[in-house]
Amino acid sequence: MLTKEIKSLVSKDIRFELRQRSAINGILLYVVAIVFICYLSFLRVNIIDGQTWNALYWTILMFASMNAVSRTFVNENPNRQFYFFTLASPQAIILSKIFYNAILVFILSMLSYFFYIIFMGNKAQNELMFIVCVALGSIGISAILTFVSAISSRTNNNFTLMAILGFPLMLPLLLILMKLSEFAITGTDWLTALIYFLLIFLIDAIVLVLALILFPYLWHD
Amino acid sequence: MKKYWWKILAVVLLTYTIIAGFLGNVPDIAGVHQTIRNLYFHVCMWFAMIVMLCISVVYSIKYLSDFKAKNDIIAVEAANTGILFGILGIITGMLWAKFAWGQWWVNDPKLNGAAIGLLVYFAYFVLRSSLDDNNKRARISAVYNIFAFVIFILFILILPKLSAGSLHPGDGKDSAMPVFTLDFNLRIVFYPAIVGWILLALWILDLRIRYRKLKM
Repeated sequence: MLTKEIKSLVSKDIRFELRQRSAINGILLYVVAIVFICYLSFLRVNIIDGQTWNALYWTILMFASMNAVSRTFVNENPNRQFYFFTLASPQAIILSKIFYNAILVFILSMLSYFFYIIFMGNKAQNELMFIVCVALGSIGISAILTFVSAISSRTNNNFTLMAILGFPLMLPLLLILMKLSEFAITGTDWLTALIYFLLIFLIDAIVLVLALILFPYLWHD
Repeated sequence: MKKYWWKILAVVLLTYTIIAGFLGNVPDIAGVHQTIRNLYFHVCMWFAMIVMLCISVVYSIKYLSDFKAKNDIIAVEAANTGILFGILGIITGMLWAKFAWGQWWVNDPKLNGAAIGLLVYFAYFVLRSSLDDNNKRARISAVYNIFAFVIFILFILILPKLSAGSLHPGDGKDSAMPVFTLDFNLRIVFYPAIVGWILLALWILDLRIRYRKLKM
């Protein structure tokens, strides 16, 4: 029942997104533009080593995903939200939004990785580990940001609040992700990295469970 | 007498902390010397802050289960008091860091954890002030409080594992103060000081709650 609800809600979101392309195109262009700005500004000082590459990558991804996810509950019209409330359970709604945003964040991260390779070269020695790390990270980033956007959509000054609530909460996940992608850059073996993968799993799981338990209190007016 | 014995205890313990803390014997440890006395103030601030934040999150959970305005007041005032102690902890810590490590701020997991904690709770107050309706404000900020508290605790638990060791004694590889936890002279002031500061925090919390109830 829940999986069926989630499936139809996610497909609804995807169809909505494809129907009005301007939003998704805007986000994709945002990422490309930031990567290009970073390329131009860091090229002048010539300090693109592995560490800088890594820190820059996650900073870009953090802002891009903040931008992408912040629209989640805002561009839905209140009457339609009320209609969904009568149709689906709050758990299905939050899970479908998290799932949809995770896909979006993953696409964004792969896109910026692609442009990164073009402009600044590929610093990751272990590409597979880097991609797995990004994939796991996008679940957690999406879960935290989706929940925060649900909170901030209830207030008047939405975008500022989204940023100040979201950034400190994203930091623990982001720091582990940076550490892990550093391993991918230096080509460390999988066994050393295992504990960090487990930590990301743990954070993903905790955030998902919290979102599931707490979302009904936000949803319901 | 029955009701306010703990306030008397707080006054006695803190008077003892201040007198014995400034006059008592302390071991002379290289690098910190007499500033070791800050232990009775700086470290206790964090204990008091964590206790306050725990109270805050417990009352947020209570609020979500029965929606009584009283619980929301306790949650927000506990967060307020916790932040007060957090700021005091950072200030006393910065003074100590300037003396012992030569800088106001060093890249240390505990300092960064404290800074994140303050950011999270400042955001909590901004969130509260941007909601007008009382019930809605209480409900939404309770949800955020629980969510943020869990992530904050997770953060201060895993952050030390990510960095190359802390400058703080206890978990660093090259701790500057190995005798810290052993010295008897420090202990007889430190433990009462923790209790005293926590009781003082509870007292402040009690007054603030009563004040808020009067305003209601």
